[in-house]
Amino acid sequence: MEPFLLSSINTFVTEPLTHDFMRKALFMSSLVAAVCGLLSSYLTLKGWALMGDAVSHSVMPGVVVAYALGLPFSLGAFIFGVGSVALIGFVKQKSRVKEDTVIGLVFTGFFALGIVLVSKIKSNIDLHSILFGSPLGISLSDVKQTVLISLLVVVLLSVFRKDLMLYCFDPRHAKTVGINVLFLHYLLLTCLSLAAVVGLQTVGIILVVAMLITPGATAYLLTDQFDNMTMISVFSAIISSVIGIYCSFWFDLETGGSIVLAQTFIFLFAFLFAPRYGIFKFKKIFSNYK
Amino acid sequence: MEKPNYQNYRIDAENICVDYNGKVALYDANLRLKPGQICGLVGMNGAGKTTFFNALTGFVNISKGKIRINGEPLRAAQKDQTIAYVPQSEGIDSQFPVNVWDVVMMGRYGSMNILRCPRESDVQAVKDAIRRVDLTDFLSTPIGNLSGGQRKRTFLARAIAQRASILLLDEPFTGVDIRTEKLISELFIQFKNEGKTILLSTHDMIHVREFCDLVLLINKTVVAYGETSEVFTPENITSTFGGISPDVLFGPES
Ligand SMILES: Nc1ncnc2c1ncn2[C@@H]1O[C@H](COP(=O)(O)OP(=O)(O)OP(=O)(O)O)[C@@H](O)[C@H]1O
Ligand SMILES: [Mg+2]
Repeated sequence: MEPFLLSSINTFVTEPLTHDFMRKALFMSSLVAAVCGLLSSYLTLKGWALMGDAVSHSVMPGVVVAYALGLPFSLGAFIFGVGSVALIGFVKQKSRVKEDTVIGLVFTGFFALGIVLVSKIKSNIDLHSILFGSPLGISLSDVKQTVLISLLVVVLLSVFRKDLMLYCFDPRHAKTVGINVLFLHYLLLTCLSLAAVVGLQTVGIILVVAMLITPGATAYLLTDQFDNMTMISVFSAIISSVIGIYCSFWFDLETGGSIVLAQTFIFLFAFLFAPRYGIFKFKKIFSNYK
Repeated sequence: MEKPNYQNYRIDAENICVDYNGKVALYDANLRLKPGQICGLVGMNGAGKTTFFNALTGFVNISKGKIRINGEPLRAAQKDQTIAYVPQSEGIDSQFPVNVWDVVMMGRYGSMNILRCPRESDVQAVKDAIRRVDLTDFLSTPIGNLSGGQRKRTFLARAIAQRASILLLDEPFTGVDIRTEKLISELFIQFKNEGKTILLSTHDMIHVREFCDLVLLINKTVVAYGETSEVFTPENITSTFGGISPDVLFGPES
C-alpha cells in the first residue's frame, strides 16, 4: 500500500514536469505570482485594492490595440493602466463625485471600450485568454517581456522598499524629512500597472486583482513585521500558483481560476487559524492547555 | 546658554492660507518663533491646528503666503532634517506591521543613503532616543500592541532620533497618563534648554500655562498671538472657542 501511495504522489508531482508547456507555465506563473505578491503587501497596507482592480481592468483596450497594431501588448497595457490612473485623479479633482465612484466609473468605461474593440477589430485576438489568462499557451516573446518587466518591478520595489513602506505608513513624515512623496506615489502606481500587465497573462484581466491583494491580505493576518509580510506574501503567492497549475493539469480545471482559488483557500486558512489574528487564535488555545 | 539671534527666526510663517479643494481651512495666519521657544497652538476641533502643521511640514501646499525656516525655503529645511513632526494619534494606522525600533529608525531615513541602510551612528541615535522616552523594554513590540501613551512616546522618539531643531507636535498630551505626561513635559524643558523650537497643539489649558512661552490661538485664522501671560486671557480664549467661557474649559480663574 505504502509504496503505491508514494509512487502515485511521485507521479502526481513529476508527470506534469515532463511536459515542456507545464514547466514553462510553472515557471511563468511563479514569477508573476512572486511579483504580484511582493506588490500586494504595499497595496493592502496602502488600501489600494480598488485601485488595483481599476488598473487591471483598464489595461484591456491597451492589450487589444497593441495586438491589432502588432506592438508588444505590455506597452499598450501599460499606457492604458497609467492613463486610467491619471484620468481617475483628474475627474476626482475636477468634480464633486466621490473617489470610489470615479474609480468604478473610469475602469468599467475602459473595460467596456476593450470589449467593444475586440468585437470590432475581429483579428486573431483570443478574448478568452485575455479575460481568463492562458499560462499554458504563453509564447516565447511573451516570456521575454514578462521576465523583463518582472525583473524591473522587483528591482524598483527592492531599491525603494523602505521608502515605499514609509510612504504607506506615514507620508507626512516622509515629506517632512525631504523624501519625494509624489515620486513614490507614481512609482507605486507604475509598479501596479506593470504587475497588472504581467499578471493578466496567467490569470487574466478579471482575476488579476486577486493576485494583487489576496497574498498581501493573507500575510497581514500572519505577521506584525513588514519584511516578514512581504516574504510570506510572495511565498503564499508562489505556492498558490503551483497548486493551481497542478490542479488544473490533473483535474482539467481553468488555470487562472485554480490559481486564484488556491490563494483564496490559503487566505481562508489564515483567516481561521492565524496565531494572533485568526478567528480561532490557535496560540491562545494552545497555551491554555500547556 | 547661547544668546538667541533675534535677527533670524526659526519659523517665520507669513500670511499663510490653506484650502482643501477650495474649502478654506486656514487663512492669513502668521507665526514667528525663535530658538528655545515653546509655543502652544490652541483652538477648537476643526480650527485648523493640524492644517497649520501640514503647512509647516509641507504636506499640503499653501495657496498664499510664505514660510521661511531659518530664513530658508521649506524644501531646504526638509533636506536638512530641520523639522520633526509628531502626528496626532488619529493620523496613523496603528495596525501597520512595524515595531518600535522600525518607527524610530524612520526618523533617520532622511539622512541615510537611498537604500536606507542604518549606519552605526543611526543605530546609536535610535537607541538614545528610545532610552529618552523610556521604551527600551519595547524595542521589538509591534506598534499595534502598544498602549496609546507608549505609541505617542514612540513617535516622540522618532522626532528625537531625527535630531531636528524644530519639533511640531500635534496633541502630544491627548490620551496619556500622568506619568507619561510628566515624562513628555520634562523632555520639552530639556529640548528648550538645548535650543530647540517647539510648536505643540493641545486642548489642555494647564499645559499652556505651565511651559509655553508663547501661545497662538486660532480659529481658521489667528485670533491672538503673543506671550502666554499677555495673550492667554479669558476674553481671548472665549472668542477662540466661539463664546464658550473659559470657566467651562479649565475651571474658574483665580
Ligand atoms: N484632507 C482634508 N480634506 C478636506 N478637508 C480637510 C482635510 N483635512 C482637514 N480638513 C478640514 O479642514 C478643517 C480644519 O481641520 P484640522 O484637521 O486642521 O482641524 P484641527 O484643529 O486639527 O482639529 P482637531 O482638534 O479635531 O484635531 C476642518 O474643517 C476639516 O474638515
Ligand atoms: Mg488635528
